[in-house]
Amino acid sequence: MAIKQLSVFVENKQGSLHDITDALAKANIDLRSMCVADTSNYGIVRIIANDPDKAKELLDKDGHAANVRLVNAFAVPDQPGGLAKVLSLLEGHGVNIDYMYALITSEEGKAYSVMRTGNTEETDKILIENGIELLDESKLH
Amino acid sequence: MGNRKYFNEAIETMPVEEIKKLQSEKLVKQVAHVYNNVPYYRDLMDKKGVKPEDIHGIEDLYKLPFIEKSDLRESYPNGMLAVPLADCVRIQSTSGTTGKRVIAYYTQHDIDLWEECCARALVAVGADREDVVQVSYGYGLFTGGPGLNGGSHKVGCLTLPMSSGNTERQLQFMMDMQATVLCCTPSYAAYLGESLKEQGYTPDQIPLKAGIFGAEPWTQEMRRNIEQTLGIKAYDIYGLTEISGPGVAFECSAQGGMHINEDHFLAEIINPETGEPLPEGAKGELVFTCLDKEAFPVLRYRTRDICVLNREPCSCGRTHVRMAKPMGRSDDMMIIRGVNVFPSQIEAVLLAEGFSENYQIKLGRVNNSDTFDVYVELKPEQFDDSVKNITAMEKSLANAMRNMIGIGPAVHLVPPKTIARSEGKAKRVVDERNLHD
Repeated sequence: MAIKQLSVFVENKQGSLHDITDALAKANIDLRSMCVADTSNYGIVRIIANDPDKAKELLDKDGHAANVRLVNAFAVPDQPGGLAKVLSLLEGHGVNIDYMYALITSEEGKAYSVMRTGNTEETDKILIENGIELLDESKLH
Repeated sequence: MGNRKYFNEAIETMPVEEIKKLQSEKLVKQVAHVYNNVPYYRDLMDKKGVKPEDIHGIEDLYKLPFIEKSDLRESYPNGMLAVPLADCVRIQSTSGTTGKRVIAYYTQHDIDLWEECCARALVAVGADREDVVQVSYGYGLFTGGPGLNGGSHKVGCLTLPMSSGNTERQLQFMMDMQATVLCCTPSYAAYLGESLKEQGYTPDQIPLKAGIFGAEPWTQEMRRNIEQTLGIKAYDIYGLTEISGPGVAFECSAQGGMHINEDHFLAEIINPETGEPLPEGAKGELVFTCLDKEAFPVLRYRTRDICVLNREPCSCGRTHVRMAKPMGRSDDMMIIRGVNVFPSQIEAVLLAEGFSENYQIKLGRVNNSDTFDVYVELKPEQFDDSVKNITAMEKSLANAMRNMIGIGPAVHLVPPKTIARSEGKAKRVVDERNLHD
């Protein structure tokens, strides 16, 4: 199952990231992973959290540009070639990956990744059909 | 360069009292001509309760109504025409960036008058029959190229009608034809200078001796740079299509302000807030009245340029009043790469494309060329987690702006509430070009 990701459009300047994380901390939102993409003018902060909808609502109120969308999250064995296998599988299906980042968990022997592709639903199907372990949203709560 | 000092000595060195007398005589006739032939202006005068017989000389100028750029646009295409169309031989036009263009009509008399003004400007920088004048202003509807071209003919110079652009060809003709006078925008002159330097030319290898540069603001620092790289004297020129074109005023060898051709154009300085005339020497908005034009005689035209007039005697011997380089605008018009741009045009594009009206225009200057950036706050609902879409929106906005104003800015989308506000309103324009000394 695809999981919900929160993303926020922020200024590329000192303190932007802190403002966002601080606001979320005050609302007791637990961040599980985060990735920042930057350009010279702006950044996009992408967050996997325990309650993305509540987080967005909070950020909306503050006037931030926030978005919640589905992304694919899956686990691979924590060993060389583990990720390459999944990527090669997706490439074989012509799936284009927009971005990807790692998700830290305490589970030993497994590495979790989050990715956005051109088609989230189809990617999900490919992963399931090929027996790749998906991350369940319930694990984040 | 010849020894000729003036193109029209009798007029250019006429004692001030005589110039004023000449202006008064011409003004009375010009007002009657306009009143009798331009219904639009007759209505303006009637509304103000002024008749041509109330105007006895320049001391009565203040009684006349102003003409604004919007009046000229409203009367598009020929509502201000004062002679039968059959008597006209040419039109020129503004770039029309604020909506409708202003069409200026010329009879042969009007063309001659305008070209003589440009001829005076050329002689004032030392041009004579044996000179080679390279005109690198645009030709066409823009008045820059045709005006200096005609002036150069009148002086009897060999004229190179280069028009703007194609730098390689410009430089080749400059060297091969041994051009001695260059006419173009100051930023293009600076660019040509840099290009010559890159090709290994030193100033003494460049045949140019003088340049006439106008149509956009420039600083004393730019003047020094251009003079050094090209090994020339650089002179300023002022004009506007609404009045005739370049040559309304021009700089002489003293390089201390531009002599207004007062036998054709009557200048006033007014308070831009109240419209009240200010004494000579005060800083205010420059207003021009044509004195002897036939086809398109505009009276009390508000230029929106903030300026000072100087009646001190000039070392060149000319008696015509000098105007300082404009120090700014009384409206919010910007001149970017020679194109007139209003913030309201940017705003119109943003609204039409569904974007926030929180934006900021930033102007800078890199390598003598204007940089033009527009920052726009993204609306929260426009954000969809994709860099690709943000880039696509930036590109489509830049294209829409280019279609509207003729030049394309670099558009940058920024997060909501990040553009600085003062008193709740974002500061619309940050001009870091330092164009005014």
